[in-house]
Amino acid sequence: MNKFHFDRKHLTIPYLLYLAVFVVVPLLVVIYYGFTDSEGHISFTNFVAFFCNTKTMGTLLYSLVLAIIVTIICLLLAYPVAYILAKGEYSRKHSFLMVFVLPMWINFTLRVTALKEILTLLEGNLAFHPFLNTVIGMVYDFLPFMIMPLYNALTKLDNSMIEASRDLGANGRQTFLKVILPLSVPGIISGITMVFLPAMTNYVVLDMVYNSTYIMGSLIGSYFSSYDWNNGSLISAVLLILIGLFTILTNRMAGDKDSRERGRV
Amino acid sequence: MKKGDTLIKMTHVKKSYDGKTNVIEDFSLDVNEGEFVTFLGPSGCGKTTILRMIGGFDTPTSGEILLEGSDISLLPPNERPINTVFQKYALFPHLNVYDNVAFGLKLKKMDKAQIAEKVRHALEIVDLEGFEKRSITTLSGGQQQRIAIARAIVNEPKLLLLDEPLSALDYKMRKEMQLELKDMHKKLGITFIFVTHDQEEALTMSDKIVVMADGEIQQVGTPEEIYNEPKNVFVADFIGESNIYQGVMSDQLKASFADATFECVDDYEPGTKIDAVIRPEDVDVVAPAEGQLKGTVSSADFKGTFYITFVQCGKYEVEVHCLKHYEPGTEVGLRVVADNIHIIPYDTTINHFEGKIEGYAETGLKVVFADFTLDVEATKIFEGATIKDGVLVDAAGVELSFEGTKVDMSFAPEDAAMYDDENEGDITGEIISFYYIGDHYSYTIRTESEEDYVVNDEYLWNQGDRVSVTLPKETMKFELV
Repeated sequence: MNKFHFDRKHLTIPYLLYLAVFVVVPLLVVIYYGFTDSEGHISFTNFVAFFCNTKTMGTLLYSLVLAIIVTIICLLLAYPVAYILAKGEYSRKHSFLMVFVLPMWINFTLRVTALKEILTLLEGNLAFHPFLNTVIGMVYDFLPFMIMPLYNALTKLDNSMIEASRDLGANGRQTFLKVILPLSVPGIISGITMVFLPAMTNYVVLDMVYNSTYIMGSLIGSYFSSYDWNNGSLISAVLLILIGLFTILTNRMAGDKDSRERGRV
Repeated sequence: MKKGDTLIKMTHVKKSYDGKTNVIEDFSLDVNEGEFVTFLGPSGCGKTTILRMIGGFDTPTSGEILLEGSDISLLPPNERPINTVFQKYALFPHLNVYDNVAFGLKLKKMDKAQIAEKVRHALEIVDLEGFEKRSITTLSGGQQQRIAIARAIVNEPKLLLLDEPLSALDYKMRKEMQLELKDMHKKLGITFIFVTHDQEEALTMSDKIVVMADGEIQQVGTPEEIYNEPKNVFVADFIGESNIYQGVMSDQLKASFADATFECVDDYEPGTKIDAVIRPEDVDVVAPAEGQLKGTVSSADFKGTFYITFVQCGKYEVEVHCLKHYEPGTEVGLRVVADNIHIIPYDTTINHFEGKIEGYAETGLKVVFADFTLDVEATKIFEGATIKDGVLVDAAGVELSFEGTKVDMSFAPEDAAMYDDENEGDITGEIISFYYIGDHYSYTIRTESEEDYVVNDEYLWNQGDRVSVTLPKETMKFELV
């Protein structure tokens, strides 16, 4: 007689099912389609088509440059904000943080539309500065995702660390470079990961500001909307690997294991 | 600089964070070159705030901090020749042991070989040679403590500040570190300022103890002076165990308290109200007939080297530390030699409040104080005066002017009463401190307006309890300021 005993580990079944259906199977499907042709035969034609085409490679390059610029601007804008919010002595600290994070609660499309109207008002015609407008739109959209992890990392940074550094003879600048910055690296990495990928793929912003240049996301979208699942899947897979490599690389740079744990969102 | 010269001189230092209440009230102290000074006091007494001001992490609201004669009170921490060992060590987790210790030296642009030599020497002093490459997170609490000390002393500061550095260690480790720190102090010759709430730690380690309470210095002295000659009841109660009794000087070198008269060595005017302090280890147990006090043992608890014995003598309780075990219920006599009775003149400054006469009340004069308003009979303030037809007149019938006159009101702690119902009394506040006096407790209650009321009560309340107090309107004394 094998009677069913309810065990704590049975609680994981729904999650395992979820992971299988929504993560593992789609991934396999993406890889399958990426490396087969339209007849279902295994082939590398999609692979060759992507890497040997100047147009698609141009898109990859454009996406990378755009994403890097957006990420750097976000980081430069978010760090001082996060630092002041985390370490400043304001009585309404939490309300301030709220103001910065509030846009995250508003519908994405609505936000971009609003921004579009403002930019139109300022520039007259959006078509004159497509790249600049795209960068502005993305920075505006992704900034909260950079502020949050940085804020978390900096609030966890004990004030006594800063005091110890000052005590040992470091001035404000040296303390920032030798103590605060290294200790907030995990937050920086989290922030970069959260901004970089969307910046490479989110083509809604480009659409809204009438930037007709393709980025990776629009490329995938165009293939899928023309039912070319094989090419679309391959590019998704390539992107996946790129992001994976990028994450591994940044984590390497973050140094030892325990500082990596700190400040993770 | 040589040993004994003044290194740090603090004069009238005050600190307030909100502009209203002072965390530090008029703090003046000299610290000499080479001394081991301990700031001792209960938590919240301001000892850490003082340390932070010396280190440069806080600036005084007013007053001066001089280091070798020059004012450093506004200098940032990195420009002071002072280093700190922080309470939670504050070691840098992203650096290994070597880089932590070398942090200060590298900033001074010293050459590499010299840094390596100094770091090696500092690690040797704290007994952690060979730990250079270890990661901070792999170290135990005691080892982290030692690295924190090494990181501070490697810079050869003129002054080392230690902010409760041993509080996170377990008992045995703490004892060991106490002796090691004392030893290190001797070897290095650096001035140490040590902050602790542990009186035993302070007595063991220091050359000079600064007892603090409520942002003010209570007493400064050597461990022996602090223990044997406490200046006030707070110090007597805070340092070591004490029996404290209220009494009066009945004759020259004779004090009456606990329903008996004792010979003593402190000479005060007969009739002076006093507090008598007797340490439990100074009480001798004798046969009932030979005792100055006679009583019954109520409890005896073994404490390793002695028994904590409580003897009930009438309504007074006496704590005795004795080597012999007495069964509860045993009749005993107690004796204290004159030298072991420490007399403190009764603090006459307590329960004095300043008010202002602001007009006529229903039956007398309206006197307004910080926390309450009283209706006071005119004659209590102006002798012989009465209110006739709504006008204040003296005994001769001449009209007196009183608008804005300031009045000092005082009452005896035993006449006031405490309640836990906040609506019951005249004022409400929080118990900030209390101690036991033979047959009752003496509580200090602080109100919102920062006034302290001392009230006696026979029941035990807790520090931090919110209570209300009824003031003894009948027995209040008034005086013109």
